[in-house]
Amino acid sequence: MANPIISVENVSHRYEQQNVLEDINFNIHQGSFVGLVGPNGSGKTTLIKLMLGIEKIQRGSVKAFGKPIQKFKNEGRMSYVSQKANAFTRGFPATVREVVSMGIVSNQKPLLPGQKSDHELIVYALKQVHMKDYLNRNIGDLSGGQQQRVFIARAIVNQPELLILDEPTVGVDSENVDHFYQLLSKLNQELGITLVLVTHDIGSITTYVTDLLCLNKSIHYHGDPSGFENMTDKERSKLYGHSIHTITHDH
Amino acid sequence: MLDAFLNYDLLRNTFYAGLLVGLIAPLLGTFIVVRRQSMIADGLSHVTLAGLAFGLLMQKKYTLLVFTPFHTGIAFSIIGALIIENLRDVYKAFQEIAIPIILSLGVGLSIVFIALADGINTDIFSYLFGSVAAVSGADLRLILYISWLVVTFVVFLYKPLFALSFDEEFAKVSGIQAKLIHFLFIVMTALVISASIRIVGVLLVSALMTLPVATSMRIAKSFKQTIIYSIIYGEIAVIIGLTTGYYFEIPPGGTIVITSALLLGFTLLFKRIQFIVGIKRDDRNAA
Ligand SMILES: Nc1ncnc2c1ncn2[C@@H]1O[C@H](COP(=O)(O)OP(=O)(O)OP(=O)(O)O)[C@@H](O)[C@H]1O
Ligand SMILES: [Mg+2]
Repeated sequence: MANPIISVENVSHRYEQQNVLEDINFNIHQGSFVGLVGPNGSGKTTLIKLMLGIEKIQRGSVKAFGKPIQKFKNEGRMSYVSQKANAFTRGFPATVREVVSMGIVSNQKPLLPGQKSDHELIVYALKQVHMKDYLNRNIGDLSGGQQQRVFIARAIVNQPELLILDEPTVGVDSENVDHFYQLLSKLNQELGITLVLVTHDIGSITTYVTDLLCLNKSIHYHGDPSGFENMTDKERSKLYGHSIHTITHDH
Repeated sequence: MLDAFLNYDLLRNTFYAGLLVGLIAPLLGTFIVVRRQSMIADGLSHVTLAGLAFGLLMQKKYTLLVFTPFHTGIAFSIIGALIIENLRDVYKAFQEIAIPIILSLGVGLSIVFIALADGINTDIFSYLFGSVAAVSGADLRLILYISWLVVTFVVFLYKPLFALSFDEEFAKVSGIQAKLIHFLFIVMTALVISASIRIVGVLLVSALMTLPVATSMRIAKSFKQTIIYSIIYGEIAVIIGLTTGYYFEIPPGGTIVITSALLLGFTLLFKRIQFIVGIKRDDRNAA
């Protein structure tokens, strides 16, 4: 198998009072679509921040594209939608266009081959999330779900090779959630973007993801989503550390 | 009224310095306001006052003429900026605590230096409230260099500055050198503050950095527009404030800030009327 895009080796992490991650090992391979699940406080966001290089590695190592994350120069190859993306200062005077333009890193291959202008890139990215008509609207005037879609547009405008999304569908209505998962599938399959998606919506993502990663301090399951689906509720709750029947969906 | 300014050398210097300050104070002010750091300007201006008082003391006691109080003001302001950056690192969760620490330190030092230099005199008065007749050719040149530096800084680093102000985490992920840019930004702020003090005085520097921005934010539709309108408001306030200040013999700090506040009031009123007219029109259309 080709070299992994991300490789996490023996990573442990603690905040002042508590261990949050213990001896984490896994690889993410080019082209995969990884679902990262786990209860609140299980360390998902922390793990992602370690992978993105915005939280300092305490123990173990993280490599991105073959380089230690501390030395890795991003330049648009990895992108991110954070869990609190819309926690920006309310009333910040910026248009949707200006927000999406933040995602454009120069000297980077554009989303649309051949067409390079920033404007076209921005419009294309906004179209993907059905927000094109809001181009010149003030970001603060949009609803929470609409803002979230703009942040997704910002994350994909530069066509990253790896896109990490931390609960991106919180506050997005169900119709747009379905549309959004389809969009992610399309980005993954047609554009070859590797995806890591943090979510509590285990029921719906198992049909989309290629790998499922269950985290609760340590990794409790890593593999095919069907393997996870075929387990009994009891086995799953054991992996999860507590009961999860509240989150499983009937299909 | 404007004639007087353009016909006397010293006044002309003041006028040009005012125009430069009217540009750079709201320019950096926009970033400061959207980051909710308006108090930084107040903290730094009081440290600058300590530097000015120190310079005056040195001039008086040692007839030290190589460095003017303006120079020592700039030096103190930059040191204050570095301390603020450092404290913000130490108190990550309570970053705003850096401001009262540095502000009180600045006032404390100022009191000591002013007392050692035998009390309040006209120089101190003009540093506190601004002055129309205080800018020498050399000072104007220094203000010009500072302005050039600040404008270049914002033009070249516009995108990272904007991204960092909006969403620091995303900016960091996209490879922006947050620490370096924060550092440069606060040094630029220190320079702008020491330059602006010549015109509006220690007590009102932060007003010139924030009032035009507050006004601009009511009418601007984008971040770029916010910057442009705040500069326009800043320049109008400086021009009207300096001329009326000169005419009525009032320190220009007062007249500039009052003009700024009036502009804000008119703009809010205008928006209000626009809003009511809009509702009335909708009512009529509905009827
Ligand atoms: N900056 C921090 N300082 C101290 N403790 C923290 C910090 N960030 C997170 N923690 C703690 O670390 C643990 C893991 O947090 P993390 O945000 O990684 O969980 P999560 O899996 O993303 O949870 P959620 O599903 O609620 O988003 C939690 O117990 C949290 O209290
Ligand atoms: Mg989280």
